[in-house]
Amino acid sequence: MKKDGKSMISKAMGHVSFVIRKCLFFILSMGPVPAHIAFIMDGNRRYAKRRGLQQDSTDPNSGHQVGFKSLISNLQYCYEMGVKYMTVYAFSIDNFRRDPHEVQALMELMKVKIDELLTEGGLLKKFDVRINFWGNLELLTDPVRVAAKKAMDMTVHNKGPVLSVCVAYTSTNEIMHAIEALVREKREKVQIRVCDLERNLFTAGCVEPDIIIRTSGETRLSNFLLWQSNFTHLQNPNPLWPEFSLRHFVWAVLKYQKVHGYLKKLNGETDKNK
Amino acid sequence: MKNDHHRKERDATLFHAISAYQRTTIANELACIFSRYFYSVNGSYKILISPSKMIEASVIASPILGILYYLLHAIVCLAHIWSYLIYQIQCLIISSGLLPKYQNLKLDRLQHLAVVIDSEEAKNKSKVHQLLLWLSDVGVKYVILYDIEGVMKKSNKAFQKSTATQSDTKCLDFDLNVPSIFDVFGMTVEVISYTDGKEAVAKAANYLFSKFSTNQEGTLDGLEPKFTEPDISSALKAVGHDGPEPDLLLVYGPARCHLGFPAWRMRYTEIVHMGRLSSMKFSAIVKVFYDFSKKHQNYGK
Repeated sequence: MKKDGKSMISKAMGHVSFVIRKCLFFILSMGPVPAHIAFIMDGNRRYAKRRGLQQDSTDPNSGHQVGFKSLISNLQYCYEMGVKYMTVYAFSIDNFRRDPHEVQALMELMKVKIDELLTEGGLLKKFDVRINFWGNLELLTDPVRVAAKKAMDMTVHNKGPVLSVCVAYTSTNEIMHAIEALVREKREKVQIRVCDLERNLFTAGCVEPDIIIRTSGETRLSNFLLWQSNFTHLQNPNPLWPEFSLRHFVWAVLKYQKVHGYLKKLNGETDKNK
Repeated sequence: MKNDHHRKERDATLFHAISAYQRTTIANELACIFSRYFYSVNGSYKILISPSKMIEASVIASPILGILYYLLHAIVCLAHIWSYLIYQIQCLIISSGLLPKYQNLKLDRLQHLAVVIDSEEAKNKSKVHQLLLWLSDVGVKYVILYDIEGVMKKSNKAFQKSTATQSDTKCLDFDLNVPSIFDVFGMTVEVISYTDGKEAVAKAANYLFSKFSTNQEGTLDGLEPKFTEPDISSALKAVGHDGPEPDLLLVYGPARCHLGFPAWRMRYTEIVHMGRLSSMKFSAIVKVFYDFSKKHQNYGK
């Protein structure tokens, strides 16, 4: 009886928070809604260290487990608000320099979470999401690479929002691969142009990000979407990634709406001058 | 009881059919959600909202949503005013010299500084000149000045004339499509624009293509090009677009945005928004440099 009562209360609370979110998003949609938001999910390990008293601090994935929950929540907020594209920086090529034990644990966690996303009740099915994995996938372990390719194949025809996960990715590596691809395909001396390079980037076909949010207050982009972020509003809120909640998300969109006019005007002027 | 259940199911089906039809307007969806919510919690469903009622709801709801939207933005403005006041107080305290930690800045880690300026604001040459003086006073040795339209590149010659009486300068003749480098106030200043970003990478790609084609002449076809990131850096140098990676990048403009600064050169650059150039402060620069000196980077580890 008590369990039924508790589940009814939590269900009711879920409905209440859903309605509050919807109301908030309706209000926000009176202004410009970003089409593409990118996240640098920084702060998982620091979060785990700070909570080290309550959690098993020898488990390298404890922070990342909580970080994954935050990813799902923010995915949901994006899609409920009508953001078409969401990109997350999950694993950089530089992260391979971490302790091998931690890297192996992260690879295993990635595989588990990719499979979880594809389940019947998972977020990808719920919102009809198409998933992309951007990066040098050959650097990943075989199980993760196979799971990533399977996820992309299964969702390639989905018509809903697009989630792009950057794994084994850096911007400079992406540019280098684009140049390699162009040199490979060009057999006669034709001038390579900027648009040719953009056609060969991982992000080809995707709109440029309107906002890049790096949590934990850090101010650098760490080799993430450097080419695509010419007119992107860069934000660095102080909360760590597992602490990044609905109110931080709403605040980020409000700050973007303040500068949207300026950035769009600049973008239009640069296109005219090309 | 069975009839009640069937009636509820029928009403819910009819309701959802109409809800889907009316989903094009925001306020109608709001009405749908509230109605669905009441149905699921109360377990009974008495009112079926007709399309005409929904249209009436949208006429009332849209102005309310608009008011709430502007109210939210008023809160954002108030928060910005508050942060701005705190920032001004901090700058006042720093410029008063009361805090010794801001007096002796350690700039060992700051080898190269970049400054991105909104092109409209970059037309204010006296402000740019003042900024360079302040950076020189603090002890910066290498500055990369960037604006997207190349306003500073174009006005470089006029700027050099204005500084020639104050110090010895030497300048190189410059093409608008390559960086312009000169020495002033004891610093090396590199002036770049949008053409030194993506277009430079395209030039480097063409250079690598011609080099690859030359190397493959007379050999078996089918050899795959394999480049490394140092190869790209060398190619950028060969086409005249190399340059150091700045450790810190200051943005002067209405928004925190790098405005097309060369992607190849800001992998791990700390990016700080300084506000508009017209309201720049020396103490703000000191504060940023102090905060930078306390930064620690893992570089992915």
